[in-house]
Amino acid sequence: MNPAWLKPPVFIASLLPLAWYLWGVQADTLGANPIEAVTRGLGTWALNFLLITLTITPLRKYSGWAWLVRLRRMLGLFAFFYVVLHLTTYLWLDQFFDWMAIAKDILKRPFITVGMTAFFLLLPLALTSNNAALRKLGGRRWQKLHRSVYVIAMLAVLHYFWMVKADATKPLIYAVLLFMLLGVRILWRIQERRRQQAGSYSPKPPQRVIPLTVKR
Amino acid sequence: MPNRPPADIAPSEITPRALFNRRREFLQLSTGIALSGIIPAAEAKLGPGKPSPYSTTETPTPLKHITGYNNFYEFGSDKEDPAQYAHTLRTRPWSVSIEGLVKRPKTLGIEDILRLAPLEERIYRLRCVEGWSMVIPWLGFPLSSLLKQVEPLGNAKYVEFITAVQEDTMPGIKSRVLDWPYTEGLRLDEAMHPLSIMAVGLYGEVLPNQNGAPLRLVVPWKYGFKSGKSIVRIRFTELEPRTTWMNAAPREYGFYSNVNPEVDHPRWSQGSERRIGEFLKRKTLMFNGYADQVAQLYSGMDLRKKF
Ligand code: HEM
Repeated sequence: MNPAWLKPPVFIASLLPLAWYLWGVQADTLGANPIEAVTRGLGTWALNFLLITLTITPLRKYSGWAWLVRLRRMLGLFAFFYVVLHLTTYLWLDQFFDWMAIAKDILKRPFITVGMTAFFLLLPLALTSNNAALRKLGGRRWQKLHRSVYVIAMLAVLHYFWMVKADATKPLIYAVLLFMLLGVRILWRIQERRRQQAGSYSPKPPQRVIPLTVKR
Repeated sequence: MPNRPPADIAPSEITPRALFNRRREFLQLSTGIALSGIIPAAEAKLGPGKPSPYSTTETPTPLKHITGYNNFYEFGSDKEDPAQYAHTLRTRPWSVSIEGLVKRPKTLGIEDILRLAPLEERIYRLRCVEGWSMVIPWLGFPLSSLLKQVEPLGNAKYVEFITAVQEDTMPGIKSRVLDWPYTEGLRLDEAMHPLSIMAVGLYGEVLPNQNGAPLRLVVPWKYGFKSGKSIVRIRFTELEPRTTWMNAAPREYGFYSNVNPEVDHPRWSQGSERRIGEFLKRKTLMFNGYADQVAQLYSGMDLRKKF
């Protein structure tokens, strides 16, 4: 399957959450506190895209749809896109660029500290999400760097947990989903090691990288 | 000293015209309903209420926001949940039992409570611990006139407020996000303060269920969660009662929970607030702007420790 024709519709679909909130502000359908609704909505979609991105590899493995991986970079960049918008609503509409208050917030409010950490960890990943960076870093180092997305996703869920006042149902759902997505990767590792130890393992080439840029 | 507006101010100057008209419509409508026997006649009489010198002259928040954006965890933890689910709450028959360290414990029916004192309109600021605020035209009467019914004993120092649990009408009860019944408390002098009221109405009309029908506490200088909704039991105690939020997160919620821009909450900085309907944020005022009236209740106390 050729994903070339798939990219534009996925791109458009990924913009729909943003369109929804922009329309909501315009049409006044976001309730009594639209700024809060937008901040939260964008945060939710940042987390959704992080998890969607992390779903690509397992889905590809179990379905055999190799083309899925060609959507991964775009989805990861959409996660970053929504994080940037989420952060922007906080800096602008919540704090009105009062940098002293923002600094104090980052230091004093644990969920903001964690969110900010996640953002700074996400920056290098976004900056290296291009072929030039991939070539420059070399596949192995690039992959090692991008593994930090697992930590970022955990921080994002923690951010959500620490934000809620009493009812942790929603962050818990995200935690379970993330646990499954990371768990399956741990499982693969264990299986791989077992195979290695059993000697029935034919080592893969050391430069094994998921073919992100290979054109068919 | 209360900030008294000039005595010659007409109620119509405080109340927006549209609201005034709506009240008249409501009165006509509710008289009709009362005559047709659907709701008790007592409800039809909830009128505009006597204007109060304690009211602010700030513009009230639109009714749709006051009734559409609520924290009432018994009906769910999203702010839109109460508006969606609270219509099932049974508010009749309703009675409030007043007990504990009192000479004559009493159980009062809501109809009697509504006749205890003339209803006043109290337009108060409401500041939520989450960093937003509203201006709400409550209809109610001083809490003290209810508490005086039972003659507290000399050793009574606190008042505990226990709110309704109706498992069949409250979907949130099953979720156990908090310990039910939701319980709050005040020091006796706070409870007897003239700013503390029992509200039974809003914008001149019967209190909507999602706002804590049929009667709720309103303590305007404290964060909103101190003002328990749908109250069924009031208990006088000698020891400081443990409140629901203190049980849920003792480091975050203290017994006093006075609005205080100096004492931050770990989730929300308390220095500023967003008034619902406004774009820019406002500076949060000490005791939510009621410092002149209530600061002396706390003289000599370290409000950082007693947060
Ligand atoms: C990887 C990065 C991040 C992700 C995935 C993320 C995700 C989320 C999520 C899912 C929520 C809860 C939404 C809801 O309640 O429905 C949230 C809330 C929030 N986030 Fe983030 N976030 C991130 C980074 C940040 C950063 C860097 C900041 C600011 C420094 C921030 C500030 C906030 C604030 C202020 C809220 C609460 C809004 C409110 O209380 O109304 N987040 N975020």
